[in-house]
Amino acid sequence: MKRLIRESAAIVEVEMIKLVRDPTEIISRAVQPVLWLVVFGQVLAQVRGIHTGQLSYLAFITPGILAQSVLFSAIFYGIAVIWERDLGVVHKLLVSPARRISLVFGKAVAAGFRGILQAVVIYLVALVMHVSLRLEPLAIFAVLAGVMLGSGIFATFSLIIACIVKTRERFMGIGQLLTMPMFFASNAIYPLDIMPGWLRVVAQINPLTYLIDALRGLMISGGESVHGYAVDFSVMLAVFIALLSIAVRLYPTLAE
Amino acid sequence: MNTAASGNFAIKTSELTRRFGNLTAADGIELRIPYGEIFGLLGANGAGKSTLIKMLTTLLSPTSGSAEVGGFDIIKSPGEVRRRIGYVSQLVSADGALTGYENLRLSAKLYGLPAPERSERIASALEFMGLADTAHRLVKTYSGGMIRRLELAQAMLHRPAILFLDEPTIGLDPVARRMVWDRLLNLRRDYGMTVLITTHDMEEAETLSDELAILHEGRISVVGKPAELRAGLGAEATMDDVFIHYAGGLIHESGTFSEVARNRRTAHRLG
Repeated sequence: MKRLIRESAAIVEVEMIKLVRDPTEIISRAVQPVLWLVVFGQVLAQVRGIHTGQLSYLAFITPGILAQSVLFSAIFYGIAVIWERDLGVVHKLLVSPARRISLVFGKAVAAGFRGILQAVVIYLVALVMHVSLRLEPLAIFAVLAGVMLGSGIFATFSLIIACIVKTRERFMGIGQLLTMPMFFASNAIYPLDIMPGWLRVVAQINPLTYLIDALRGLMISGGESVHGYAVDFSVMLAVFIALLSIAVRLYPTLAE
Repeated sequence: MNTAASGNFAIKTSELTRRFGNLTAADGIELRIPYGEIFGLLGANGAGKSTLIKMLTTLLSPTSGSAEVGGFDIIKSPGEVRRRIGYVSQLVSADGALTGYENLRLSAKLYGLPAPERSERIASALEFMGLADTAHRLVKTYSGGMIRRLELAQAMLHRPAILFLDEPTIGLDPVARRMVWDRLLNLRRDYGMTVLITTHDMEEAETLSDELAILHEGRISVVGKPAELRAGLGAEATMDDVFIHYAGGLIHESGTFSEVARNRRTAHRLG
């Protein structure tokens, strides 16, 4: 365990140094969620076409937009991995005695920290727009834990795709193909109970749904988790462990 | 440096073979490389050099056969093999977005160097490679020769018994190439490292190698000392003649699109 932490921390440190040195990615990735909240959220709130219980529509979609931001940011992690492969960085890492799980886990944790930066942006925008947020330290801590876990899931999923497709061009196509359906087949911008039956089934096996469900209860005053936090976090943890075990097996194939 | 390995050879292969579908990239390779030797591996593009290095560095599993590196089986004990080797890829593996020092610190952590030793080892490696003054500059501002020396510093940081260098001077100008050679010879002199180097450069092969092998279509055509191989073809024979004789003749052209593209990309990044 000590070795896993040391090796993963080395990977995370490098990713964070690069992020701090060139924060343009964080800034550019903040634009889209802000637009969703400020434009889409406000307009749909006026229409009042979607029943969201006690919550205003803007409050309802705020966790959804945070989860979307996490998804969109993490799902393109695979591009960076393919780029590292083309540069020979992956080969260098794989020839080191560092365990494969450390290399993959380190990437997932680094994605988690990027997700936390996205969460900070969404919190600030939501506060400006008078969304009633829960600001108790424990709730915020749990949100950050959920964001870390969600980022880890989607970054690891992205890494698996990268290991399979191996080229940036193919990845771009598949990345686009996956993100929007995952977003719309979730409870991000409408509740599960207004979905048609088939879409509700898809949403129930979509890990994004569980992240949003947890965030809705933890972020928003008066919000609640439909499935319960234990179910939400258990599902996410199980998915993460399953994806991690697949990624650990596939990651070395990038250097073949 | 760790040389506590079984047997007398740093690298020992037996019938080592790798197939990709119908293509046999490495075909029954038999190699014996003693400790402390600089061993050159020559061959045209697609001859199987990189495949062989990838198998020996545990990046690629063999289809059949076996190999021991540093006394450990590459299939049964890949972790032990990795502890005993350093590797400089044909590609440019130093991270341009980090400084030279940060690149080395990453390697030090991944190789498990104890924290109290890290700074001293990094400083020593930077000094050895002539990069002490530029350690805190971003690597993307380095020249091609400096990048290659940094990669050598990363590969030697943990004092491996065996260094694998896959075309380390590709894309470098003659001055930078000479500097890399000097450092390589110093590594062997000061640390007794065994070096397996692949190259297309006949001057490099002759200058550095105690012994070399020429690969052709996945098989070893010949193994010997450079001078003996030249003498075997006549008094006037050059290393180019040796290469042409054993690597498939003048008109043989090989190398896939991706190999050519990779070489050009590496040369472009270092140039």
